[in-house]
Amino acid sequence: MPLLSVDELTVTFGGRGRTPSTAVDGVSFTVDQGQVVGLVGESGCGKSVTSLALMGLLPRKGVTIGGRAVFDGEDLLAMGPKKLRDMRGSKLAMIFQDPLSSLNPVIPIGVQVTEILERHRGLKGEAARKEAAHLLDRVGIPDPRRRLKEYPHQLSGGMRQRALIAMAVACAPRLLIADEPTTALDVTIQAQILELLKELVDQEGTALLMITHDLGVVAGLCDQVNVLYAGKAVETAGRRELFAHPTHPYAHGLLGSIPRLDAPRGEPLNPIRGSINDKIAWADGCAFAPRCDFYTMECLTGTPQLTEPRTEGHRVRCVNPVLPEAPAEEVPA
Amino acid sequence: MSLLELDGVKVHFPVKRGLLFDRTVGHVYAVDGVSLKVEAGQTYGLVGESGCGKTTLGRAVLRLVDVTDGEVVFDGTDLAKLPEEEMRKFRRRLQMVFQDPLGSLNPRQNIESILSEGMLAHGIGANQEERREKIKAILQRVGLPSNALSRYPHEFSGGQRQRIGIARALVLEPDVIICDEPVSALDVSIQAQVVNLLEELQEQLGLTYLVIAHDLAVVRHISDVIGVMYLGSLVEEAPSDALYAAPKHPYTKALMSAVPVPDPEVEDRRERILLHGDLPSPANPPAGCRFHTRCPWAQPRCGQERPVLTDVGDGHKVACHFAAEIESGDLPLTRPTGVEAVVGTAASTEESAGEPPQGDAKTV
Repeated sequence: MPLLSVDELTVTFGGRGRTPSTAVDGVSFTVDQGQVVGLVGESGCGKSVTSLALMGLLPRKGVTIGGRAVFDGEDLLAMGPKKLRDMRGSKLAMIFQDPLSSLNPVIPIGVQVTEILERHRGLKGEAARKEAAHLLDRVGIPDPRRRLKEYPHQLSGGMRQRALIAMAVACAPRLLIADEPTTALDVTIQAQILELLKELVDQEGTALLMITHDLGVVAGLCDQVNVLYAGKAVETAGRRELFAHPTHPYAHGLLGSIPRLDAPRGEPLNPIRGSINDKIAWADGCAFAPRCDFYTMECLTGTPQLTEPRTEGHRVRCVNPVLPEAPAEEVPA
Repeated sequence: MSLLELDGVKVHFPVKRGLLFDRTVGHVYAVDGVSLKVEAGQTYGLVGESGCGKTTLGRAVLRLVDVTDGEVVFDGTDLAKLPEEEMRKFRRRLQMVFQDPLGSLNPRQNIESILSEGMLAHGIGANQEERREKIKAILQRVGLPSNALSRYPHEFSGGQRQRIGIARALVLEPDVIICDEPVSALDVSIQAQVVNLLEELQEQLGLTYLVIAHDLAVVRHISDVIGVMYLGSLVEEAPSDALYAAPKHPYTKALMSAVPVPDPEVEDRRERILLHGDLPSPANPPAGCRFHTRCPWAQPRCGQERPVLTDVGDGHKVACHFAAEIESGDLPLTRPTGVEAVVGTAASTEESAGEPPQGDAKTV
């Protein structure tokens, strides 16, 4: 049984008198024990809202959440606030994009880390401080005893993100949700943080839900990848399969439009035309159709369903998928 | 002669303390002696991480910040010492495209007003009719509808706003455009559109670009020559392909290996050089080679003597005492470069630079 199984998650914003806007439109995916699953997409595709919904961090008013998210046998979406508070930080933890605004600026790092240890693990006083220092050391913060007394502004960006990771792994969670954990960081620091996350997953067996817009990060880290567009998953596959055979025109176009450091120079890029604003409602057809190179009238006849046109487990939401003329070749697992 | 030549450019910002009497207590050495040449019709790419001084250098060329020392020679004139009034005239020929397309457009001005402002200041076009015609032609060139004229910045998407920023530079018919992170605020699928547009314009109009960015893949794609900056100075400069094929400076090597490649096959195979620690403060840069506090190959000499940028053949310049030894694999590593560099389980390697090398001397 998967650790987390999200089934038809729907999030709609808009209270009384406002046109409702659906940010997440029936997203389903699973995360197994020790697995790294990626949610990839551009701004506005609903990836962050998905993570906030799972953590129960969306406001109660003005938001309608539908579907199920079964984590360890219990539905997170139906859980009461008290139960959810016990889960958050202990079994389920999250790392946010902006490490500075996720830390309280007027409280020393040490107090923020020990708070979690006190709340969830019942540690107190020196025992909690000792454990906090150990955690900071674990994530590679030098001189942890001194750092515990410092305030967030005294730490560098990479250091702050490490402190957040230390807080997230403090109770050895079973699932870690990382929402763009390296977007605010420089590449050399990004490499450090990704390596750290990889290490934690390998050693602790933590499952990781990685939310990012960077396909490069996904290629190096994720076992299973879900590509989101306008609130729906358009392609789901193992990472090798996805990068070798991107089959949805969006995923295909996205991979073709990124300049690669290791590709020969001189050829123009193949951008996807238009922008994310050029979309149609999923109810009327494929939201990507206005930007798609392979679009036909068939694309405008209702929501396309997820099919497996290439290999088993490689699901694509498209009526005109990008398929080779020859049958798909075998991909090494 | 090169169109734009920088010679020993320094930009130092004073750090001041005190309420009544401003005392200068130190300097932030944002740019500390950069020399480079940008050839006409070519693209020079400047890469580096945040805080390395690349944006300040771009702004110094346009004199948006004061140059503390050094020369900025554009077409035979040293801009660094020009009086402000004279400089204003030169800005028609040197234009800038900014990173944040929304923040750099006045939300209360419509597109026609934004684009004609610079033309008015430089006396281009006899009347508004003439200017409007010109603006329309430029808008078409950058791929915007001509009905954009009466619309406001908020009505456009991010990619379109960046096109407006490019159009604003183009209406003045500049020779050089300095692009400061032209695509980093845009979504991946839109970045390619803007990169292609910049390349097309260069081909059609013979523009010269100085592109400042942190994204190595983008810079490599559009640049002819690339300069890598670290803490205020250039550590390596080479033609784009040569730099990628054989980076010589340890920092460039680490930077290249840190860029994620969207291909699992490549990602699984390649060896990462993970750097130890963070960028030191530019207000208190390390003595000697600025990179020696993080360099995996640091030697005692690196902490004492600052290496200069020297040509090692074929226009490939590098500022490292031991570039040749590192390349041949004769120099042992003095710091871990794998996961041990990142997690706390490793012993502190802070001051290990002078100690005898530990572990195996693996070449990368």
